[in-house]
Amino acid sequence: MTILVGRDTKLMTVGLTGKQGTFHTLQCRDYGTNVVGGVTPGKGGITHEGIPVFNTINECIEVTGANAAMVFVPPPFAADSILECIESGIPLIIAITEGIPINDMVKVRSALKASSSILIGPNCPGIITPGECKIGIMPGHIHMPGRVGVISRSGTLTYEAVFQLTQREIGQSTCVGIGGDPVNGTSFIDCLDLFEKDPDTDAVIMIGEIGGNAESDAARWIKKNMTKPVVSFIAGASAPAGKRMGHAGAIISGGDDTAEAKYKVLEECGVTIARSPAELGEKVAEVLK
Amino acid sequence: MNVHEYQAKDLMREAGISVLKGGTAKSGDEAVEVAKKLGGNIWVVKAQIHAGGRGKGGGVKLAKSLEEVKQFGDEIMGMTLITHQTGPEGKVVNTLLVEEGCDIDHEYYVGIVLDRDTSRITMMASREGGVDIEEIAKDSPEKIIKVGIDPAVGYNAYVGRKLGFGIGLKGDTLKKAMKFFEGLYDMYIDRDCSIAEINPLVTTKSGDVIALDAKLNFDDNALYRQPAIEELRDETEESSQELEAGKYGLSYISLDGNIGCLVNGAGLAMGTLDIIKIFGGEPANFLDVGGGATKETVQKAFEIILEDKNVKAILVNIFGGIMKCDIIAEGVVAAAKELKLSVPLVVRLEGTNVNLGKKILEESGLAITPAGDLADAAKKVVAAANGEA
Repeated sequence: MTILVGRDTKLMTVGLTGKQGTFHTLQCRDYGTNVVGGVTPGKGGITHEGIPVFNTINECIEVTGANAAMVFVPPPFAADSILECIESGIPLIIAITEGIPINDMVKVRSALKASSSILIGPNCPGIITPGECKIGIMPGHIHMPGRVGVISRSGTLTYEAVFQLTQREIGQSTCVGIGGDPVNGTSFIDCLDLFEKDPDTDAVIMIGEIGGNAESDAARWIKKNMTKPVVSFIAGASAPAGKRMGHAGAIISGGDDTAEAKYKVLEECGVTIARSPAELGEKVAEVLK
Repeated sequence: MNVHEYQAKDLMREAGISVLKGGTAKSGDEAVEVAKKLGGNIWVVKAQIHAGGRGKGGGVKLAKSLEEVKQFGDEIMGMTLITHQTGPEGKVVNTLLVEEGCDIDHEYYVGIVLDRDTSRITMMASREGGVDIEEIAKDSPEKIIKVGIDPAVGYNAYVGRKLGFGIGLKGDTLKKAMKFFEGLYDMYIDRDCSIAEINPLVTTKSGDVIALDAKLNFDDNALYRQPAIEELRDETEESSQELEAGKYGLSYISLDGNIGCLVNGAGLAMGTLDIIKIFGGEPANFLDVGGGATKETVQKAFEIILEDKNVKAILVNIFGGIMKCDIIAEGVVAAAKELKLSVPLVVRLEGTNVNLGKKILEESGLAITPAGDLADAAKKVVAAANGEA
């Protein structure tokens, strides 16, 4: 099984005909993802790279049976597209777009609460179940099917972790990039819960960052609910306070959201800590012994 | 994005939120002219820099005569103000704000921020104003009244009542405060603020409710739809390298060490700084070239890194995803040749088109130290910065 995406996933891309949308949708299809359709308002009726294009998300779902949407829409219009996805009732939405205004995402979060859709991202690399389904911009070839789940706020740092695992011949069940924005759709806890319940996952890597309380909240949740081992790295131990470190959400704004404060809570809650990003693979190998 | 107090107050005034009358000046004499226009017999002369704690640092003075307005204006203009938010190097004061005085009855705190735990815009108020609110939050959080606002419902009068009664207001003052809270919330949304902090908000002996200080920050992601806010940017308050980097889609932050870093992705860039520290080195900067970097932006990144004369070695750490390693390699080679790079360069490439990238570096004939993995890269660049390689 594995979480959220797999062989049964039927993907549609919102913003398919744009340069990025086209490139990455084709990469996903080449990896083996079942791409069934796309949406670009005003271009409905054409076929783009062999993929049927629709004007609205509802229409695309009705005709193709899509059950996951990848959003590749530029920041000014991305929240609108995500809201259209939520309204359509599609079970899974993956928003890759970086730079969506915070207040737009506040509205999206409110709409999500009243729906059963799951939103991954925004500002994320996407989600992959190696060997089955890739939705996003991650390089597929570094992954390998297996039994370790990966959850991360960062894109390239996830690739780094996955690469270290694959080099040690430790495969991954599913890798989820939850995104680097202060308001996102899915939290660490949401994903940890899914991995805990997934019979095909034995251990989890959680890659966090400075800013916010998501990692500390996750640590407390892990202590209470998780039977599988978790290994964690927090990026930004050397970051100065008050500076936005690339990601909109990676900013130290108090005493509780530093890397050190998060490591402390994680350790207290029995999570295995990797203080160096180069140790992630090694630490996972240790907890799997 | 940050703005000055006087700019924040102009925006508030436009939105119908009550602030004191005032005007800006560039010298003691100009300050006197502003004071004369304002009238009255008491004024406040305030340093305009992008940092809090100005009062404690000597940047805010109460003047009881026009002579004092001139004296304080001349003293504060051009001074280097050091506060807990400026860092030890301080900030030079380039603008003064002169405001009418007011008869303070009580100082309160009002703030609006995003609550990341609930993903809602949250309004806060406290009876303990004019002091460091972080301290209050830590020592006596019960003294801060918080109301989260459901974006689907928006602001309703009960929000103002909860805050107003919560900080002990009543009667006419409560009504005025409620108008203030609603106005501030509307402005926060209309202008895409990321922080609105009024500390202190005061009640006066004549029964008014007025913002004495004002701090507004704006969501960088929303500036495309706030052209009037973008125009308020004071480039002298921002690092010139950070601004320059931003123009090329690079995210750059200057740090105190001597190892220059060029990385793709914010998380990996932070992780790279962390591992350099673990191996005993000190990073000179954070630099994320982003996913859409080209040969030109990589060259620009090198230029910006090398503007920092402390840089003794450079580490390029790339994990190619969207970013292809050969593009980075071409940029590295072009930059090294054009800028006649004289500091040691350690390059670690992994991911998309890695072999192509490595080949370009090898064939360039440049003295580049290749690194196998992340730890190897950090070890090598720390040694190089220490003159051991």
